[in-house]
Amino acid sequence: MEDRATITLTVNGLTQTRAVDARLLLSDFLRHDLGLTGTHVGCEHGVCGACTILLDGRSARSCLTLAIQADGATIETVEGLGRMGDLGRVQQAFRDHHGLQCGFCTPGFLMTITDMLRHHPLETDDQIREALSGNICRCTGYQHIVDAVRELARARGPLT
Amino acid sequence: MTAFDASVEMRPKLVGQRIKRTEDPRLLTGSGRYVDDMNPQGVLHVALLRSDQPHARIRSIDVGEAFAVPGVVAIFDAGDIAGDFKPAIPTSRMKGYYATPFRPLAEGKVRYVGEPVVAVVAESRYAAEDALELISIDYEPLPVAVSKDEAAVDGAPLLHEEAGTNVIISRTFARGDVDAVIAAAPVVVKGRFRMTRKTPMPMETRSYLAEWDRRRQALTLHSSTNIPGIICDVLGTCLDLPGNRIRVVAPDVGGSFGGKGSLNHEEMLVCVLARKLERPVKFVADRMEDLTAMSQAFDETIEAELAVDADGHLLGLKADVIGDIGAYSIYPWTGALEPVQVVSFLPGPYRMEHYRGRVRGVLTPKPPTGPYRGVGRPSSTFAMERLMDMAARKLGMDPAEIRRRNLVTAEEFPYRTGSGIIWDRSAFQECLQGVCDLVDYPALVRQRDAARAEGRWVGIGFASYAELTGIGSRIAVAPGMPINTGTETASIRIDATGAVTAAFGISSHGQGLETTLAQVVADELGCRMEDIEIQHGDSALVPMGTGTYASRSAVLGGGAATKTARVVKTKVLKAAAFLMDVPAEDLEAEGGVIRARSSNATMTFREVAHAVYAQMGRIPHEQREDLVGSESYDPYLGTACASTHLAMVEIDPATFAVTVTRFAVAEDCGRIINPLIVDGQVHGAVAQGIGAALLEEVVHDDGGQLLTASLADYLVPIASTMPQIEILHVEAELPNNIGGFRGMGEGGTIGAPAAIANAVSDALAPLGIEVDTLPVAPDRLFRLVQAARASASG
Repeated sequence: MEDRATITLTVNGLTQTRAVDARLLLSDFLRHDLGLTGTHVGCEHGVCGACTILLDGRSARSCLTLAIQADGATIETVEGLGRMGDLGRVQQAFRDHHGLQCGFCTPGFLMTITDMLRHHPLETDDQIREALSGNICRCTGYQHIVDAVRELARARGPLT
Repeated sequence: MTAFDASVEMRPKLVGQRIKRTEDPRLLTGSGRYVDDMNPQGVLHVALLRSDQPHARIRSIDVGEAFAVPGVVAIFDAGDIAGDFKPAIPTSRMKGYYATPFRPLAEGKVRYVGEPVVAVVAESRYAAEDALELISIDYEPLPVAVSKDEAAVDGAPLLHEEAGTNVIISRTFARGDVDAVIAAAPVVVKGRFRMTRKTPMPMETRSYLAEWDRRRQALTLHSSTNIPGIICDVLGTCLDLPGNRIRVVAPDVGGSFGGKGSLNHEEMLVCVLARKLERPVKFVADRMEDLTAMSQAFDETIEAELAVDADGHLLGLKADVIGDIGAYSIYPWTGALEPVQVVSFLPGPYRMEHYRGRVRGVLTPKPPTGPYRGVGRPSSTFAMERLMDMAARKLGMDPAEIRRRNLVTAEEFPYRTGSGIIWDRSAFQECLQGVCDLVDYPALVRQRDAARAEGRWVGIGFASYAELTGIGSRIAVAPGMPINTGTETASIRIDATGAVTAAFGISSHGQGLETTLAQVVADELGCRMEDIEIQHGDSALVPMGTGTYASRSAVLGGGAATKTARVVKTKVLKAAAFLMDVPAEDLEAEGGVIRARSSNATMTFREVAHAVYAQMGRIPHEQREDLVGSESYDPYLGTACASTHLAMVEIDPATFAVTVTRFAVAEDCGRIINPLIVDGQVHGAVAQGIGAALLEEVVHDDGGQLLTASLADYLVPIASTMPQIEILHVEAELPNNIGGFRGMGEGGTIGAPAAIANAVSDALAPLGIEVDTLPVAPDRLFRLVQAARASASG
């Protein structure tokens, strides 16, 4: 395998072409090459979920993905969910329910929840907690996050 | 009510309301700025070769071909930077204490697995880590005493030869004649309790970026610390820089829980290297480095004996505590912080005349223990609350009843405990009753009994405790520590646009202090909350600041905010009075508008500020004052914060997994600034306490090697293992400080482990099992049950 490769991918709607080291992690690519520092790195071994992004529409650990594996992919990160004056609905629900404290795990939760709302029923608290169980938050005890997701799932209605 | 009193303002206050947080929009949109998000031009990255030995002499270091790795700029060991700093010395007034010097890199020998030895500096972290692979260290292994019991005996291998002993801390607190009381008591219970080592595990790892300003010969450290003021002061001393040429900034910080509340090797290192190389230098720990080398928690063994009379009244308590403080006495708190507070708080919130608590702190070849949410009290509460339940069981008394009989009552405050802690009035009794009412305790007991009749392992556990929060200058937060932790300064200014900037020495790292302190300032000043910016986490903001720790920031920061806002408000009203031609006493301010009570005249803060600053001559020069103020607040004493937790658990007899089926908290945190934030703090701290009770354990093997170096080995609570937490806020008479606030950020970790240990013991009461070690993970529980069954059948 070559040490370097040129990749083209779509990140938050913008097409990016970059030459990268073959071993560069997608998380480092997003943070350092593209300056999208909203994606956080919490463990670099795929347990904590802070680095979760959407890869072709499904949640993925960017710390366990090489940048070159994302060649041709469509990526969504927290920066694509909304802006300070115009929060997206998952972001707004987190604010309304105080679903974040230090904010470090938050981008990963927001991306996971975006995926779960699209694909999972989330009809009960048990289902919601199961959906969140791949992301660690050390601050909130999860209760206000569960409250936020419950409201989002109800507002969404049943999956069609 | 008598005549109208204009000084009483009946308007609605922001304090007490569920205000959404000011911090959130930036953190929710990826616009926060944590240390690793900063990348100044020319930044260099550090990777560390850490000791793989628990105790060894460094014979030689061979860098091999490391310099040939593309991107490597420099490689340093202790010898290369020896003249560039003075070690940090965690001094204390304690008798017989030895302050272990603290350095960026191990000098001469290593004292724990994970201690930094060699630093590689490179253009990227990838290159720096490549170079690490090529460096080898030749160690001469030295004898080790890994456990605190081995390390405490005479003749044990010494970690710091200069100390002459591993036992560098030794204290005794005593009142009355506990031996006589125990000898004569009708009921005595005892146990050997152990709260194993934990790691704080904030989601953001420790991150440091130092920048050397060649022009000013000045250093700025961006650090994921929660004590920027303390770090600035110590680094100024270590690097011989005056306070106006060193600045420590904590930008957005991703949690601490104590782990970022001490000086770190790596924090000193980046400063030394940035000055030496005249380039920005960054170190960001990876998770393994944090699990290996961040300051850790607890690790005490508590041998305790409690004497009770036939009616369940406490007579006396005797305890011998040995704390494993790791390889260094941590700066600035010292290794006494955790174990000494265990014996200080062991008598708990109870009336009890006779007490003797003896504690020793022992150096061992492990990472230093340091602050951890709850400090000392999670362990002391675990031991004391277990003894309370054991005594109740022996007496055939309900666990709620034995607590009711012994909790200090309203008329007994202030109450001095056997260790000398003074409890001021707080809702000790009311919290116990409150939690019983909240869950309908009698119904819960019936549920448990019904389940037990079916052979299920279901149990209920209480934990009552009190903590000291918002501590003023009468006592240091850490025993014997010479740093003043008892004052806080606020500096408030209104500029020509009417915008309000309020700066503090505190350092919020998830607590939402930008929101809560703005609520306090807006109420006091009468300005609009959205016109306030709260600044914190920067040593340059106020003349002396320390940071946020020990549940101090709402009490001390809120007090300083109130005092200063009042000073500034007086100046605003004085100027407005002149401009509006009415007496100042006739004016009131609310929502950014100043109104005369006797007329329709109004001015906005913006108009007053513009007139004061920008309109020459509007106010006669001899009367004109800048709209600024800076006041400090020192509550002198601390205030008690009381709570009772209740847990209900069920144990799966096949897997020995413990499920927490109910968890309720009744707590008195005084006047609540923001109920949304208070609830969030309780949830988070209880989750951490549940982790400590059921999951979390840092394990070092007999050779001092860490066995829990990943998040697959060190387990923390996840959403699917957490119960819904029910909270009741009980407000007793407000404490005697400005604002009536009590500190409340730590309590959950104090009550939850004990409540769960009691609930698990209650569930297994038919087998006669008393939990004495946490966490009660499935393997430990399995062994307890096996042993109980073997002794029953044998």
